[in-house]
Amino acid sequence: MIRFELPSLGPDMDEGTLLKWQVQPGDTVKRGQVVAVVDTSKAAVDVEIWQDGVVAELLVKPGEKIPVGTALATLLAPGEVAGAPEAPPAAPGPAAPSRRPVSPAARKRAQELGIVAETLAGTGAQGSVTLADVEAADRQSRGRAGPAAAAAPSAAAGRSQAMRKAIGAAMSRSKREIPHYYLSESIPMANALAWLQRRNDGVAIAERMLPAVLILKAVALALRRTPELNGFYREGQFIPATAVHAGVAISLRGGGLVAPAIHDVDSKALDALTRDLGDLVQRARAGSLRSSEMADPTITVTNLGDQGVDSVFGVIYPPQVALVGLGRIATRPWAYDSGEIRALPVVNASLAADHRASDGHRGALFLAELRELLQEPALLAADASPAASQDNRKKGDGHE
Amino acid sequence: MNDEADRRALSGTVLDLLRKIAPELEPAAIDPHRPLRRQVDLDSMDWLNFLIALGAHFGIEIPEADYARLVSLADVIDYVKAGRHGS
Repeated sequence: MIRFELPSLGPDMDEGTLLKWQVQPGDTVKRGQVVAVVDTSKAAVDVEIWQDGVVAELLVKPGEKIPVGTALATLLAPGEVAGAPEAPPAAPGPAAPSRRPVSPAARKRAQELGIVAETLAGTGAQGSVTLADVEAADRQSRGRAGPAAAAAPSAAAGRSQAMRKAIGAAMSRSKREIPHYYLSESIPMANALAWLQRRNDGVAIAERMLPAVLILKAVALALRRTPELNGFYREGQFIPATAVHAGVAISLRGGGLVAPAIHDVDSKALDALTRDLGDLVQRARAGSLRSSEMADPTITVTNLGDQGVDSVFGVIYPPQVALVGLGRIATRPWAYDSGEIRALPVVNASLAADHRASDGHRGALFLAELRELLQEPALLAADASPAASQDNRKKGDGHE
Repeated sequence: MNDEADRRALSGTVLDLLRKIAPELEPAAIDPHRPLRRQVDLDSMDWLNFLIALGAHFGIEIPEADYARLVSLADVIDYVKAGRHGS
């Protein structure tokens, strides 16, 4: 008998409300399969199971609020599991619902009531959420008895306050416990943008790659050189991660942010990253994320350039030990060693890192490596496997 | 259709597309001559999704080189009008 417990959904989430089961007793489940939906302060999270087996008993009912670690269900291990389960099956992600339109009046009222309007079923034009929908949800969450019936609206109610509180708790812990140091580096982006322009020329608009994808990949590869920036600080020691699961900070329209992980950025091809990033942003905004994405980012990358800032002074998301911040890619004067000055697109990359796990010298190496990698975008594109990259980098070193 | 009526109709369609990405958008509050992204708080992913929707709806190709021309609502309307006539 296997106990399946509510997995950690990130450091600032220690409980959740079970919204619904996606499986029934007797169902055969595969590792990686979504078995339940749990509401948290940040999103409705699709909880994945980490074992193959057959569902024996469901121990928690929809509507119940449960702390992380609570046994949700029991499973029977499959009879002949001689071969350990392989990588999780490529279970299709949940269909990404688009953001529901919300009328301004409805949004205002929802904020007053602490309801996340996007989670409501809309009755207005094109399914838009109207003022009446918000009022009805509020009445329902206050009036109706029965945990299952009230679960969705009551969990949604107050989510924005709960999210603010969760972010506050995680960031307070970060500022209290983590001795941050900060570094920044100006990175010329002419090569990277020219490469992107060539790559995107003639490509269908939906498949065009954003600079953010290239930067994400470069961050992941640069971390191979400085593994002390990628991992977790737990119980008095740093534990390096074996892969780069980059938490991508995504701001939510109703306020707040989430930083779910894109897995294995270091070993993923750029086209796959492009798709994954688009999918992740869409799902984060729609409030539909997977438990593995919430639980295991090994570093966070935040890109605030779209809002026009020059640089970011990041706060590390514990138990991670580093955060990479990117500002706006702007045309700036750039002086070469030869004395020549040219106007170039430049981005300021910053690193906030945990002094318990690394020193400024190593952090500086990371930023220098990031800068170098972004000068050779073709290398980033060629690199889809760890081995290939190390070979490439070694060759690169030989010429330097 | 005269030009002004045509522009009004296009503006309504464009804002409808934008609302699928930014549901809270209030059309009346949009100044057609100021940058759209600032007014609606769109990040680069939102903007890309908007351009995808725009291209699909009007059946126009929007090469990346043209992104810089699409700043305000008025720019977008001009671009769509030119694209429709050109094709």
